Amino acid sequence: MATSTNGAAGAQRWKEMSKPEVGDWRVKGGLAQMLKGGVIMDVVTPDQAKVAEDAGAVSVMALERVPSDIRRDGGVARMSDPDLISGIIDAVSIPVMAKARIGHFVEAQILEALGVDYCDESEVLTPADNAYHIDKWQYKMPYVCGARNIGEALRRIGEGAAMIRTKGEAGTGDIVHAVTHARQIQADIRTIENAPSEELMTLARDYGAPYELVVEVARTGKLPVVNFAAGGIATPADAALLMQIGVEGVFVGSGIFKSDNPAKMADAIVRATTHFNDPDMLAEISRGLGDAMPGIEASKIPEDQQLQTRGW
Amino acid sequence: MNVNPTPVQGQPRIGVLALQGDFAEHIHMLDLIGINAIEIRKVQQLNEIDGLIIPGGESTTIVKLLHMFDFVDDLRSHVESGMALWGTCAGMIVIARKLANPYPTPLNFIDIGVERNFFGRQVDSFEAELDIKGIEGDPMRAVFIRAPIVQDTGDDVETLAIIPAKTDGTPEQAVAVKSGRVLASSFHPELTKDTRLHSLFVTLAEEAQIDSTRRNHVSHTTEETPATV
Repeated sequence: MATSTNGAAGAQRWKEMSKPEVGDWRVKGGLAQMLKGGVIMDVVTPDQAKVAEDAGAVSVMALERVPSDIRRDGGVARMSDPDLISGIIDAVSIPVMAKARIGHFVEAQILEALGVDYCDESEVLTPADNAYHIDKWQYKMPYVCGARNIGEALRRIGEGAAMIRTKGEAGTGDIVHAVTHARQIQADIRTIENAPSEELMTLARDYGAPYELVVEVARTGKLPVVNFAAGGIATPADAALLMQIGVEGVFVGSGIFKSDNPAKMADAIVRATTHFNDPDMLAEISRGLGDAMPGIEASKIPEDQQLQTRGW
Repeated sequence: MNVNPTPVQGQPRIGVLALQGDFAEHIHMLDLIGINAIEIRKVQQLNEIDGLIIPGGESTTIVKLLHMFDFVDDLRSHVESGMALWGTCAGMIVIARKLANPYPTPLNFIDIGVERNFFGRQVDSFEAELDIKGIEGDPMRAVFIRAPIVQDTGDDVETLAIIPAKTDGTPEQAVAVKSGRVLASSFHPELTKDTRLHSLFVTLAEEAQIDSTRRNHVSHTTEETPATV
């Protein structure tokens, strides 16, 4: 694999790496393919990780505090203690993800050394760098990153992210921003798809996206990596809503273990993500789950306290 | 692109289990060889197919969902009556006889013992060139993602591909096997553009189709087994 650290070469590297016969990229993106149609759950203890695995989660996100607690507690949110992450890795057989702060490439190096299967360079933690995200090509460990629109998604992919998720507004239990971001990415893809080829460079400039990746989206009509929803999913219906809008799977952060009955809620969200298109089944699945997580209306959060505006 | 939008008369009917995982990639591969495959989400749909692919995904999740949505008994009776079946990666774990690992409990549709995540975690995932018995021409490029291997095989199981022994003393590992019409592979041909293993599976489904046509012809007056719903 290319080891150049010349940032301008990012899109070129994506082009090289994504050739069918070059392994690293396909192997990284391939794990995300395997997660499709699945639910990735935030967990803070090995016991919660077991509950998630038993409920049918395809992966768990190991962290010290779920986003709603991070929001409540304030202060600087950092990478979790390696003991906690290793404890969760040992507790389950499914892939384990963990979060590094935006731009904190040493936290990422530590996560890779721990054997973490996917790194989330996440706006939920306090950013370590206000200008630069991690050069994700430098790792064997694949990355998932948040995005609000096509420009942000393609910038992260240009840096080497092998999976994208909507940012939503984490820790609120309010789905509105995840919906907005999922729809925005799709609207942008339609714009690119319908544009004549001579307009693609201008679109790339306007989106702030690598030209090669804009051309790729124009050719295929989709993001070059798997796209999940995250940020505010609290019920089976929320998960099915995002799946019907067109994402390929969901992250549930605070929504499981801040609900009345986590095992039941986890199980129900897994079922709903598989049968997202079947209202009769969704009606059954949604019965008697107890209270969902207590939410915060996202529009009441002042802009300087939003998590989604972290990163660029 | 070689797309065949409508089912061709006489073509085997192939389904891809669409509970979780990369089922869309399998459907795309079958599309490339002119097969209009269907997504299987409900157990009744098993009556409509001659062959089923269980895709890559998370094996614990897929086994859980198969139980949750009451697939297991019907799936077993379809496999026993000759339906073709192919498990890729997680799919191979799901259909094995036994696992070296505590989770999940496999369904025993092929007489193999399997070890999950044999090569390690995601950072140890890799690609390799594989010679596969029954596949003509160049070796296949095989993508191994947190891949399982076949530890042991029953007498009627044929090994189609191995990863050779390594100099560090790791012995050779079976990564593709076949028994009757049941196929299992550790890797993901659906993530490549090489459709040859899919074509091999289509021939197994064709056998199943011919068989079931013959059986229905002979016994069309006997009572049909009602599908459990």
